Amino acid sequence: MTANHPGSGIWQSAPRVEDDQLLRGQAQFLDDVPMDDACHACFVRSAQAHARIVSVDTTQARGIPGVVGVFVKQDLFGELTSWRMPLGFALAALPENTTPFVLVDHEVAFVGEAIAVVVASSRHVAEDAASRVQVHYEPLPVVANCRDAVRPDSPTVRTELSSNVLQRYTLAYGSVDEEFAKASVLISEDFWAHRGGGHPMEGRGVLAKVEKSTGTLMVWSSTQMAHELHYTLALMLGQPEERLRVITPEVGGGFGAKFMIYPEEVVIPALARKLGRPVKWVEDRREHFISAVQERDQYWSVQLAADREGKIRGLRGTLIHDHGAYTPQGTNVPYNAASSITGPYIVPSYGLDVSVVHTNKVPVATIRGAGYPQAAFVMERLMDRLARELGLDPVECRQRNLIPADKIPYVKPLKSRAGLPLTIDSGDFPALQARAVEASDRPGFAARRQASESRGRLRGWGMANSVKPTGRGPYESVRLKIQPSGTVAVYTGALAMGQGLKTTLAQLCAPHFGLLPQAIEVLAGDTAMIGYGHGGFASRQAIMAGNAVSQAARKLREKVLKVAAAVLGVDASVLQLSQGEAHSLDFSHRISLARLSMLMKGVPGYTLPLVDDPGLEETVHFHCDAQTYAGACHLCEVEVDPEIGHIEVQRYLAVQDSGNIINPQLAEGQVVGGVVHGLGNALFEHMAYDEQGQPLNTTFGDYLLPTAPEVPPIQVIFAPSPTTLNELGIKGVGECSTIAVPAAVVGAVEDALWSRGVRISEFPLTPMRVAELIGHSRASEKNR
Amino acid sequence: MKAIDKPSTVTLHVNGQPRCGQAEPRLHLGDFLRNELGLTGTHLGCEHGVCGACTVLVDGVSSRSCLMLAVQAEGAQVRTVEGLAQVDGPLGVLQQAFHDSHALQCGFCTPGILMSLTELLETHPAPDEAAIRDVLSGHLCRCTGYQNIVAAALKAVAAVQRGGQP
Amino acid sequence: MKAPSFQYVLPQTLEEALRAVHEMEGARILAGGQSLLAMLNMRFAFPEVLVDIGRIGQLSHITDHGESIEIGAATRQRDIEFSDLIARRLPVLREAILHVGHRQTRNRGTVGGSLCQLDPSAEIPTIAMAMDATLTAASVRGQRQIQMADFPAGYMTPSLEPDEMLVAVHLRPWARGHGYAFEEYARRHGDFAIVAVAVLIELDEQGVVDRVSMTLGGISSMPVRVSAAERLLLGSRAQAADLKAAAACCRTVEASSDSHVQGWYRQHLAQVLCERALKRALARVER
Repeated sequence: MTANHPGSGIWQSAPRVEDDQLLRGQAQFLDDVPMDDACHACFVRSAQAHARIVSVDTTQARGIPGVVGVFVKQDLFGELTSWRMPLGFALAALPENTTPFVLVDHEVAFVGEAIAVVVASSRHVAEDAASRVQVHYEPLPVVANCRDAVRPDSPTVRTELSSNVLQRYTLAYGSVDEEFAKASVLISEDFWAHRGGGHPMEGRGVLAKVEKSTGTLMVWSSTQMAHELHYTLALMLGQPEERLRVITPEVGGGFGAKFMIYPEEVVIPALARKLGRPVKWVEDRREHFISAVQERDQYWSVQLAADREGKIRGLRGTLIHDHGAYTPQGTNVPYNAASSITGPYIVPSYGLDVSVVHTNKVPVATIRGAGYPQAAFVMERLMDRLARELGLDPVECRQRNLIPADKIPYVKPLKSRAGLPLTIDSGDFPALQARAVEASDRPGFAARRQASESRGRLRGWGMANSVKPTGRGPYESVRLKIQPSGTVAVYTGALAMGQGLKTTLAQLCAPHFGLLPQAIEVLAGDTAMIGYGHGGFASRQAIMAGNAVSQAARKLREKVLKVAAAVLGVDASVLQLSQGEAHSLDFSHRISLARLSMLMKGVPGYTLPLVDDPGLEETVHFHCDAQTYAGACHLCEVEVDPEIGHIEVQRYLAVQDSGNIINPQLAEGQVVGGVVHGLGNALFEHMAYDEQGQPLNTTFGDYLLPTAPEVPPIQVIFAPSPTTLNELGIKGVGECSTIAVPAAVVGAVEDALWSRGVRISEFPLTPMRVAELIGHSRASEKNR
Repeated sequence: MKAIDKPSTVTLHVNGQPRCGQAEPRLHLGDFLRNELGLTGTHLGCEHGVCGACTVLVDGVSSRSCLMLAVQAEGAQVRTVEGLAQVDGPLGVLQQAFHDSHALQCGFCTPGILMSLTELLETHPAPDEAAIRDVLSGHLCRCTGYQNIVAAALKAVAAVQRGGQP
Repeated sequence: MKAPSFQYVLPQTLEEALRAVHEMEGARILAGGQSLLAMLNMRFAFPEVLVDIGRIGQLSHITDHGESIEIGAATRQRDIEFSDLIARRLPVLREAILHVGHRQTRNRGTVGGSLCQLDPSAEIPTIAMAMDATLTAASVRGQRQIQMADFPAGYMTPSLEPDEMLVAVHLRPWARGHGYAFEEYARRHGDFAIVAVAVLIELDEQGVVDRVSMTLGGISSMPVRVSAAERLLLGSRAQAADLKAAAACCRTVEASSDSHVQGWYRQHLAQVLCERALKRALARVER
């Protein structure tokens, strides 16, 4: 664990400024925001996966004491400019009828889809009323599995569609057929990769109120994208932008589930405006299961071609991706998976046919990792197969294929979804892998395996490499201001959801003014405080907001010194900033930042001390379209109980290249958290549905997240290859450590069971499945 | 012995102070603490007894406040996260250890965990890592991966053994 | 996930409680609430009245009657966990109780609550079955004894009249020095078991098994005594082959399948866990 160094400074483990309020229970999450006279909403959600809505009878519901109203789609006429949500990431070429409806009235397409909303004096009463809303359904054919949905004769998941295949495309480069024709080694395999939901401990929530004196619609949302919400609400509600304000309270985790603008986030403000009363909706856990975006199934059928030395010559195959019933926000997940699979390896030829397929289930969108874990799983399992086939050490096999340092920057032959080249800008993958292997005490593995065997356990060793572009552009914004009170405030469009954003930005800002991070006030995600921003996703904020605040602080420091020099009548070079003042070394000349700010606000009739824009303020929009690549190498050891299939991860090592690390303790926390999310994906999390599209896991009792006893000791090593794409040389962290985990863990289990003839090409991997693969079921291979 | 079907007054002690509020029978203790008494530090993550975010101490023992009715807390001594430190006073030993060890990220699950660990520290002289992980098994955290929480708890154990108050 | 409305009654005595469940339509007993309140929050149950027995002192006790130990139905699971008497004389119960949920669960959950919930994987019903517990049920009409074997009427359904409630469970300790073991496999610590096994065993001076009990929890809708295994072991010397043969009987126990776990795996687990439990139990026998 990194030691904690109190005090300022970038590249140090400064303690978090966020903690005090959180530890005392004083921080305000969405449901804690005080609001007099709020009424409470509960959505009536579809109980069927696909059906025509014949009628919705709200009479009984409306009669319940305490009910303010029960609203169906028609009741919002006049509040909405459209019945359908706008497409998030609207630049993608997708059909117009692909986005979710604000509320549905004619046809439901997944269990959980919102049909009506009850507003009442309490959530209790609202739920009472919601249960009295009578929806009469006429069932329509349900398509619950994407492998069925992709067939041309399949019924469609919505009657407005003519096909369930939303997108079909091929990503390819090089001479795939030629390479395969002459390859000495061919590996073929089918894979099932499944990930579940985000499941932040705090669910979604929206609170809205019209501030009557100004007519401003105030909206609080537990979101990862405040400005996008502002844009969407202005559009969907026809609310003038300057009379609309989105405020982000403390957010209890996001993980991609809140990286979305949801119909609920439109309905609640619409109701607040319509009713002239504050309205609040706080999601419960069941709603998160059935209406918050998630990732789910991908079915890969792939072939790897290689030469006798284990050098990969080509990769080809097909991917069928379960996309869910609608497209709220583009189709990144499959594209990311399909375009990232080659990872840090040189793959001279490639061809993947991708089908993005609708199903009658909750829409699929990015969850932490965003499609990268699935791809890394496929690539790394193929690597292990290749190594076995050739009798090569898996480390060596990978070594022979890793992009060498002298080929960096490496332009991948594929393009991003925006058509930009994918260039791995930095990273020394062979060194990263070597570092990981060296730190893992591989020579000691044989003895550890023997010790495991003496206890009746089979021990296995697994590894996986990954690389992820971070720092999603096009920009992030910071407004830095020294107030006349002397407060130094950072307003940013970046968003906090637990990753210590405020501390990080304060750390980057404070040294420029000779202050401690605790002296910097950071306000994130308030659209009234800063005009533009994108928010927290894609492991971008350290880079984007970090560099923005760094640049703003540098500029503002210069201005402060200039103003101080002018006021004090000395040369700026003799002045320094500390303790809230500009002063000479011996303090013979000194002036407070507060007074400088006051002087720069100006007095009518008097010139400003410096002929410049008033105030002490700098706004920087840090631009960066090119992403910087963060590599990782993970190694793990597992013990398998061959009698019952129980898997225990014994040790886990994550070596991470995130460039220069602003705060090592925070960054390490991100890596550990990401690994544990990955463990959830590898061994526990299955968002299962039956053939009727009914979700089978809707509580934490049957959808399993890892708890402390399941987590092994996780060692984190940072091995930076700083990037030149931004001044600070930093790369993202947030999602990176989730990516390689399923591959490393499943690889280790397979290694443990190799001598039993077990081959594993799926995740999540359950003990029952392991027992089946070992042969304990005496039944034929399950048809999934 | 009559049946209550309307809101009634519940009187109890919270963090050492006498408090009272209105609760209809179905209102759970978590909602009562949060909405009636304004103590929003206790959070609700699942309301079906798995995530542990709602954990408080009732008469000295940890309880999921979503699985207790407010009316059941009549006359009880309840402790919540707000009681672990004086307003404007220093953080308690456990809270300080969490801060030093970076044992919280979003902080949503933290209050519940603090209460469970408080119970542990007050009832066990020297819990080891296994005992700590055992207590933590009743809590879900999606952010931290638990490692730093365990480290913080061990730090607090050591501090208590050196003479601090848990 | 907010509970539907119900009336709430807080009886101070057992008589008051019995009268309440007899007179009030749609009344359900609220004990620890760890199952019932979760079900209410999820709106899986709609009782009209909750009769809270948590303050009836006479229902919460652990009493040593010599040949048997009586546990009041409203005794908190934590009291079982920390009881010296239970640890000494009903050690398999103590071992099992540590697997019941988590600290918070056991702080409030009750023995009677778990018995009446009859979750197929629950540890307490499994132990009660293993030890041939006798349950005392009461109503306004008086008390009656129910043998544990007769207690489950079906999946999560106790053989109690609508106005009857459990007041106590009686467990007869096995001979001093008996062997015992409780094994369970769950995905995570504190989860409901996929399969659990409770074994008690006694050997005579010659090392021959003269008493044995083997019970499976989680394999079907209620705990199952594997009588075939018990018959095999009785009179044997409990050698490795005997243990294997006994464990193999689990393969013939009917096992349920659901969306998460298939029946074959339950049978397979049962077999493996039985053998492990038998070995551990034998190792504990004090000769």
